[in-house]
Formats: sequence, C-alpha cells, structure tokens
Amino acid sequence: MSLSRWFLLAASALVACPLLLAQRPSMHLPQQVVAGSAFSISTGGSGQGTLTIVGPGQALRRSVQLGSPVSIPAGVLYNAGDYVVILANGSDEQAGLIEVTPAQQPARLSFLAEPSRLPVDLQNGISGTVYVFDIYRNLIVSPMPVSFNLSDSLGPAQTRTVTTRNGVAWTRMNSAAKEGSARFVASVAGVASTRVIDEVPGDPCNLSMTAVPDKGGEAKLQTAPVRDCSGNPIPDGTVVTFTASFNGMQSTVDVPLKRDIAEVELPLPSGASVSVASGVVAGNEIHWRGQ
Amino acid sequence: MIRRLLLLACALSLPLAVHAQDATVQVLPPALDGSRPLEALTGSAVVRDYLQSWAAFRSAFDQNAPQLLNQDFVGAALTRLDGTIADQGRLGIHTRYTARSHRLRIVFYSPDGLSLQIVDHVVYDEQVMQGATVLATQPVHARYIAVLTPSQTRWQVRFFQAAAK
Repeated sequence: MSLSRWFLLAASALVACPLLLAQRPSMHLPQQVVAGSAFSISTGGSGQGTLTIVGPGQALRRSVQLGSPVSIPAGVLYNAGDYVVILANGSDEQAGLIEVTPAQQPARLSFLAEPSRLPVDLQNGISGTVYVFDIYRNLIVSPMPVSFNLSDSLGPAQTRTVTTRNGVAWTRMNSAAKEGSARFVASVAGVASTRVIDEVPGDPCNLSMTAVPDKGGEAKLQTAPVRDCSGNPIPDGTVVTFTASFNGMQSTVDVPLKRDIAEVELPLPSGASVSVASGVVAGNEIHWRGQ
Repeated sequence: MIRRLLLLACALSLPLAVHAQDATVQVLPPALDGSRPLEALTGSAVVRDYLQSWAAFRSAFDQNAPQLLNQDFVGAALTRLDGTIADQGRLGIHTRYTARSHRLRIVFYSPDGLSLQIVDHVVYDEQVMQGATVLATQPVHARYIAVLTPSQTRWQVRFFQAAAK
C-alpha cells in the first residue's frame, strides 16, 4: 500500500472516530426520585435518541435530543418501584436503574375496623388496621405516627398513637360500657378516615322473674326488666325461654322481649317448677304453689 | 467447527436456562410484633401463593398477557400491573423478570386476619425486549412489600411495591 493511501486511511479514521464516539448515547441518572415529581436526566452524545423507562409499575418512552438534558415533568412517573432506564440511539444504548420512592405526604388511608357491631364492655374487642398511601396510591413505608381515636356519645374517647411499620399500623380498643354508635377515627398528618362501630348490649345479666296467679287461675310469669351487666336494656325481640317441669314432664315457651320485659301466662299445676333463661344465661327458678 | 461449538454452547446453556427460573428461596421466621399469631400452615400457604404470584407476574409481563395475573393479584396490585402491561404493549416491548433469589419474611398479620404483609428481598434480572431483541438487561436488588388478602381458596396479592432499600 502506498504512503498516500495509508495517509488517507489514517486521516479518515481520525475524522470518523470522534464522530462515532460523539454519537454514542450516555446518561447520568438520579439514584432516587420521589413519585410524581419532576426530574431531569442528563444525556451525552448527539442526534436523536429514545429514552425508555420500564418497571413493574409503569412503562413509558420519550424521544430525546442526545446531549441535552431530558426533563420528565411532574406527574409522569408516579408509581413507586425500581425502573430500568434505556437510552438508545440506533443500535447503541446505555441502560441504568432508577428508584421511585413514595411521596412522604399521606393522601389516602385504607382503614379496616373490625367488627362493625359488637357487645358493650368488651376488652380489646375492636381492632383497627391502617395502611398509609400517598396521592398515587404508593404505600408510604417510612415510619409515620397514626392516631386512633374511638369515641362514643358518653364516655371519654380512647386514643392511641401507633407508628407505622412498613406502611401499616394497628391497634385494639375496648368497646364502651354504654350502648350506641361509636366513631372510630384513624388519622395521619391531617388525613383521616372514620368507621362507625355499633356497640350493642351484651348478654342479659341477673335474669329474674316473678310468678303470680291471674284472674283465670293461670300463672302469670314476668321477668324484671332485662339488662346486661352494664345496665343497658336488652333489645326487644331477644328471646326469653320459660321452662315448666312437673312429674317428669317438661314444656317450654319462647317469649320475645317487649319493652325490656318478657311475660307469659301458663296453666301450671301446683308443685310445678318454672325456670327462665335467655341464650346461655339462666335466671331464677320458682316452685309454683298455685297462689 | 463453528457449528459444533454453537451446538455445544446451546447444549450447555439449556440446563442453565431452565435452572435460572428456579430462584433460591429463603423464608425467615415471621416478625409479627404481636398483631396476630400465625399458624404454620397459614404461613406456608402464604409463601407458596406469593411465590406463585411472582411466576404469574413473570409470565404476564413476558407475554404481555394481563389475564395471567387474575388468579394471583387483586385490587390495586392488579390494576397497576395491568396498566403497565398495557403500556408495554403500546411501546412494543415486553419484559422478562428472572428472579435469582427471594428472602421472605412475614411481617404483619392483621388482628382481624384479613390482611398479611410480606417483605421480600429479591434479586432479579429485568430484561427489556422488543420482539426477540434484548434492549437491556439489568440486575436489580429490591425490597418488595406485598400485602396479601385471603380469597376463597388462596391468598392473593392486593398490593405489590418495591420499597426503598
């Protein structure tokens, strides 16, 4: 090969190499960005390229001018997680990773309170679980204090503050001594969620009855006002069972409570015994003498 | 000669490729912080269903087939993953997530038994593909948080997010 040819080849290489190198895309990624925030990726190279961002949470692509920073506006990349970022120019590409973290401002709570209805005066009977999310429904995993407040119409409110762990906080509360609706509120940084808990009377307490003869000579059985152990009236319709026994024979009558009282008239022979019960609660027993 | 070498390379790589789908799994003892005791059977069912959800996730994203998620994901997780698969379809790409290892721990079981949380330190390769062409392969070390809820027959992933490491 002649000297002039060598010279031409070398000159061509000198001219072409910087051009080729200049066209190779390169980028500098931020390690972390906050979900939904604007950010910028600086790029190197020349010409047109494409930027692809893909992860389990989102996939998007932008046409870019290599050598200029790529601006991702606010609200574009908003699902927290890890993303692969690919900057490509023809067959050349550079890839990297970017981590999108949840925004730190809570916007939504997923609050589950259980049960929605329970008897009064039950220790740790109510549970509340809260998951804390940002505006894009990303779980905020950094610790945050959650305030739980259970209040009814009468008693003082129960309050607990629990710090989230991996985005979740939970607590247990006692039901009130008085029946009624209780408001169970969970709140974090000004965001609150409320559930209504229906607190109903518990089992009857100190169930007792009296028996008197009526005008026709039958026994009139009547309970005292039926209440739970906290003094709440048992709801109308609750069944009270009267059981009469005589000479080995037994008969039962179910009577629903009406205005706190259950009453029934029974033809009882003298010497019969009568008992009263409601659910698993047994009351007193009477030996009927006919008077 | 070159053809022989290629055949040999293919024969060697085949068992490795099959093996690569079987990630190593380490299950750490639960750290429930008193929320609710966890029966051993429940714990193993949760881990089994969670790992199965990863397999479904991998297949769905590789094939851009969101219906493959329906058995294992519900709620917000399903909506989010469905959306990403739709994005992938629009861009003409698909992604292959090949898990290398999972290190799992159940960290929360709600007092009512209606939700359960797993933290998974997972190592996987994310391969972004356009047709059969690999655009990029990136190894990822992530800390996933998943919230699972019981359905009639299994635990389903209701929330699925890589959290800060």
